[in-house]
Amino acid sequence: MFSLDTIVQGLLLGGLYALFAAGLSLVFGIMRLVNLAHGDLIVLGAYLILGLGTATGMSPFAAALIAMPLMFALGWLLQTRLLNRVLGEDILPPLLVTFGLSVVIQNGLLAAFTADSRKLAAGPVEAASVAVGPVQMGVMPAMTLATAVAVILGLNLLFYRTALGRAFRATSDDAVTAQLMGIRPQRIFAMATGIALVVAAIAALYLGTRANFDPSIGPARLLYAFEAVIIGGLGSLWGTLAGGVVIGLAQTMGAAINPEWQILAGHVAFVLILMVRPRGLFPRAID
Amino acid sequence: MSDPILSVSGLTAHYGDFQALFGVDLALEPGEVVAIIGANGAGKTTLMRAITGIARISAGRVRLDGRDITGSAAPDIVMAGIAMVPEGRRLFPSLSVEENLLIGAHARRTAGHWNLESVYRLFPALRERRQHPGTALSGGQQQMVAIGRALMSNPRVLLCDELSLGLAPVVIREIYAAFPEIRAGGASVVVIEQDVGQALKVADHVHCMMEGRITLSGRPGELSRDAIHDAYFGATH
Repeated sequence: MFSLDTIVQGLLLGGLYALFAAGLSLVFGIMRLVNLAHGDLIVLGAYLILGLGTATGMSPFAAALIAMPLMFALGWLLQTRLLNRVLGEDILPPLLVTFGLSVVIQNGLLAAFTADSRKLAAGPVEAASVAVGPVQMGVMPAMTLATAVAVILGLNLLFYRTALGRAFRATSDDAVTAQLMGIRPQRIFAMATGIALVVAAIAALYLGTRANFDPSIGPARLLYAFEAVIIGGLGSLWGTLAGGVVIGLAQTMGAAINPEWQILAGHVAFVLILMVRPRGLFPRAID
Repeated sequence: MSDPILSVSGLTAHYGDFQALFGVDLALEPGEVVAIIGANGAGKTTLMRAITGIARISAGRVRLDGRDITGSAAPDIVMAGIAMVPEGRRLFPSLSVEENLLIGAHARRTAGHWNLESVYRLFPALRERRQHPGTALSGGQQQMVAIGRALMSNPRVLLCDELSLGLAPVVIREIYAAFPEIRAGGASVVVIEQDVGQALKVADHVHCMMEGRITLSGRPGELSRDAIHDAYFGATH
């Protein structure tokens, strides 16, 4: 029914959505904060890479390497100056603040860069492809999926093999008792948001080299990311990768039937999976 | 008499609009074990939470080794040398036994008596279960993890809130059997205990609390059953 090619392209697209979602998943897992500005922060990252490239003439890949620490600093500031002030028992204030932040970022980008569509020019690699058996695989999409797997792997190692990851999990379990261990939850949250925005910068690189972007596309990226996180199961990083792949596959298959159905098919897959598994594919045992 | 390692004076704390502590005084000498007994709601846990910086202090002073730590943030107080075994143990469910212990060392600044090896020697049952999730253990073993986790910061003062809650007598004895080594490791200890007999057995000094005040203090040998009864439930003359 679907060609092998369609399925491979869907898998690769899933890598991009997993990259959109990884930062969201990380932040939600640690501080139960849904960052509604996450998509806009990815778009902001794309403009940052664009700006660095334009100013210095370096390739988007090099610019992304510089954007990563800058985005970490932005995440740290965002968390310590703004989000830590509204985190608490009530989940509504942080939602409203990140919603407002989303509007501010979109309009800020609009003022600074106009509504024109832009693209990150990666050079000949954009059009390069390799034949894998009967399937032609684009080098950039393949790199996207490989990067997504590497990012999820890296975040898992960080989470489960390092002292910082231990502090992340302890704070997520019980922030009050974590303080009795000498952990400062607000600093842990700032680290988490910083790391989430480093991942957002990586996502921005692949977003901007894959297709055009403009200041208004953030919320749709947030939606795909959010669906990927929910499909995968809240708090599970490998689940988030699986969720991204599900959305990517569904969109590519939908588009193979009728190009108008691409976006719709992703949302339908989201609803279908939630009907069968309301807690997602890989829910964490402990909530 | 030496200077107290921990001294609490005139401590007052509120729990919302409700005043939970009314000018509590407490002193802990180096190497000493002090027990605080009292019924539910007497303010024992609030006192612990106020000392560790989790509950806000309305008035009064807390000094560690003469240094004023009143109103410091909880993480700073751990760093200064006060560790707590919280009521209900509060192990981190996402962490294994060993990770729960290691996170206790998060605040450690200097080497001391306590590390993974010495905690496993103190509670050998934990060694073979170290890869299990902390919450998969029996209640007594979870309590051992909670004590070990607090010791891992090499505290000078160890606060233990309701160690024996919900545990079988044989398990309680096993846990209190660790006290001599905890003392030898350099920690002075405050225990909150509902089991009066256990408190009298383990402590150098006993304080009885009722309705947010200390109603009776003394060495275990000096306190009569009747006096404790009156201080615990209120005098009924």
